[in-house]
Amino acid sequence: MAVERSLLEVNNLETGFRFGEVYHNAVDGVSLTLKNNEILAIVGESGCGKSTLATSIMGLHDPKNTQIKGEVLYKDLNLLDLNEKLYNRIRGNDIGMIFQDPLGSLNPLMTIFNQISESLEYHSDLNEEQRKERVLELLNQVGIPRPEMIMKAYPHELSGGMRQRVVIAIALANKPPIIIADEPTTALDVTIQAQILDLMVDIQDETGSGIILITHDLGVVAETADRVAVMYAGQVVEEATVEELFANPLHPYTRSLLNSIPHELEADDDELHVIHGTVPSLQKLPRKGCRFAPRIPWIKEEAHEEDPVLHEVSPNHKVRCTCWKHFHFEGEEK
Amino acid sequence: MGFIEVKDLKVHYPIRGGVLNTIQDYVKAVDGINLSIESGKTYGLVGESGSGKTTIGKTIIGLEKATSGDIYYEDQLVTNRARSRQKKYAAYNKDVQMIFQDATSSMNPKKRILDVVAEPMRNYFDYTPEEVKRKVVDLLEIVGMNAEAMYKYPHEFSGGQRQRIGVARAVASDPKLIIADEPTSALDLSVQAQVLNFMRRIQKEYNLSYLFISHDLGVVQHMSDDIAIMHKGRFVEQGSKNAVYNNPQHIYTKRLLSAIPDMDPTTRAAHKVERQRVEAEYDAQETEYYDPDGRVYDLQEFGDNHLVALKPEEPNASLQNEKVKTGGER
Ligand SMILES: Nc1ncnc2c1ncn2[C@@H]1O[C@H](COP(=O)(O)OP(=O)(O)O)[C@@H](O)[C@H]1O
Ligand SMILES: Nc1ncnc2c1ncn2[C@@H]1O[C@H](COP(=O)(O)OP(=O)(O)O)[C@@H](O)[C@H]1O
Ligand code: SF4
Ligand SMILES: [Mg+2]
Ligand SMILES: [Mg+2]
Repeated sequence: MAVERSLLEVNNLETGFRFGEVYHNAVDGVSLTLKNNEILAIVGESGCGKSTLATSIMGLHDPKNTQIKGEVLYKDLNLLDLNEKLYNRIRGNDIGMIFQDPLGSLNPLMTIFNQISESLEYHSDLNEEQRKERVLELLNQVGIPRPEMIMKAYPHELSGGMRQRVVIAIALANKPPIIIADEPTTALDVTIQAQILDLMVDIQDETGSGIILITHDLGVVAETADRVAVMYAGQVVEEATVEELFANPLHPYTRSLLNSIPHELEADDDELHVIHGTVPSLQKLPRKGCRFAPRIPWIKEEAHEEDPVLHEVSPNHKVRCTCWKHFHFEGEEK
Repeated sequence: MGFIEVKDLKVHYPIRGGVLNTIQDYVKAVDGINLSIESGKTYGLVGESGSGKTTIGKTIIGLEKATSGDIYYEDQLVTNRARSRQKKYAAYNKDVQMIFQDATSSMNPKKRILDVVAEPMRNYFDYTPEEVKRKVVDLLEIVGMNAEAMYKYPHEFSGGQRQRIGVARAVASDPKLIIADEPTSALDLSVQAQVLNFMRRIQKEYNLSYLFISHDLGVVQHMSDDIAIMHKGRFVEQGSKNAVYNNPQHIYTKRLLSAIPDMDPTTRAAHKVERQRVEAEYDAQETEYYDPDGRVYDLQEFGDNHLVALKPEEPNASLQNEKVKTGGER
């Protein structure tokens, strides 16, 4: 059984972007814990604040145009209080990062060896010989064939899947206890995606690290996650173990998403579920009352709560609001 | 017989190099494929990136040149004539339309939606301005948009709305075939659902055919009657959706299908074992499924409306590509 102590704790995080004189929160009161030895998936459609959450945890925001409140606790430190120099140590050393576009996170002018080695140089005191050994070990670990050769290659000489493996190798270089991966397989073909996801699960098994896996793809969640937080408009609307979420989804947003997954048609006039309207932009987001209510207009106003909060409905299962008790799809009786 | 027949289509791009910039080799983007398109049906075209899907679509619509092979439209040879201004090809031009992953790229940003959607009508029909307007309103309504959208510009819409406008425009010339190249790949799940629903409604209303190109096997399964699985410019398997999804024969098809994420977390472990087994089989059996040059074999009839690119039993036993019954016949 996994150690239950939390590795990373996010408390009431708010990240606002500046629009002229005002800040609008893209992450609006998110609290989450990441434990050792688990993959926590953050899922939701584009614009719901997933990447902002990731970059806030990693301290990657421009302070001139961003306002961050709340806490990100790691080893008794609130990371949000750290200066840039200390944060730099944490990144790479304690938190490894993997992004969607491997080409964008690699330096096109440096060989694979030099990129991985650079990170080792910065964060460890291995000598050159040891670094070479470690680079080979890492390339092996991420399943790169002929590492001696690939090591001398430049990013553009590798396929998309190989590049993402290199990015993962860099993220793992200093054996960080935490890995944050933002849409790591979104740009890849399904067969390569499957290999990269297997790799991440294997790494998590071997190293016992905690992984925050951000994705818009519920299939990726079902295949890899231990726990899932569903985000809508900057907030977590549901959080549960992966088995619980797929077996017993409660929040209207989660249920709507699951219903819009393309599937084999049962009848000729069978249609996919469409969520009414669109995700509002930050400036237009209702800051009072429920954010999802406008997307389910057939639910009577009285059924909504004024200021819905996350409730624990069963152990390991939290849902925002109590609406799920009355929710039904349009045209469906409750 | 379909109203469009694509016979042994090849599209090879020259790779130039050397001091004299001479042709060194060719990228065989499409290397001998057959399609037979009947009205009212959807043909799914699946394969990993670079397999040649877009090139097939663009060649049918005349944006790329066929190196060899023939395209027939209602028995008329139209290969490399799709962009022709000659009158005898006008019907073909009108009847085949294409939608791209990013509809915006094919819309003039300075034109209002009214003009964007009306353009094909003005090209092919002699409607009065009032008729054009009325028809644009009807089309927008079909894709779930208000008449007031007419007076806005493309950038004023979200990605999903622009894809729907793209669908409305493709339908405006009253075509018989729409080639849809990854029409929902850039969209969120719920927006994708909306676009796919509209595409299916329009199909019924106008008895349209789709050549539906996607790397997403779930979407293709949802939309298609028949499916072709593409690898390295060739079809490895082709036939009814049911045959290809439920009784896959080519190792590449099996590999692709087993890589689709499983929506049930409780069977995750078993799914992973199966996927890795297929992956190992793929690595081990490559020579059984590809010729010594790595080329996909010719398709052979395997069952009712089911073709598979299997290694010929013995020399000469293989059917000639041209003689193979193409997908779409039931
Ligand atoms: N630097 C920024 N300045 C202003 N708004 C931003 C910035 N980054 C993201 N946003 C907005 O914040 C919201 C959340 O974006 P993001 O975190 O990227 O969502 P996701 O990763 O879930 O797609 C969106 O409305 C987006 O437009
Ligand atoms: N204009 C072109 N010139 C040279 N090669 C091309 C051109 N267009 C496509 N290709 C190549 O042809 C192959 C098939 O491409 P494409 O049809 O776009 O595949 P898909 O749509 O399946 O991703 C790829 O190897 C691609 O690089
Ligand atoms: S019932 Fe609650 S969570 Fe549900 S839509 Fe209404 S206020 Fe929101
Ligand atoms: Mg993002
Ligand atoms: Mg393509």
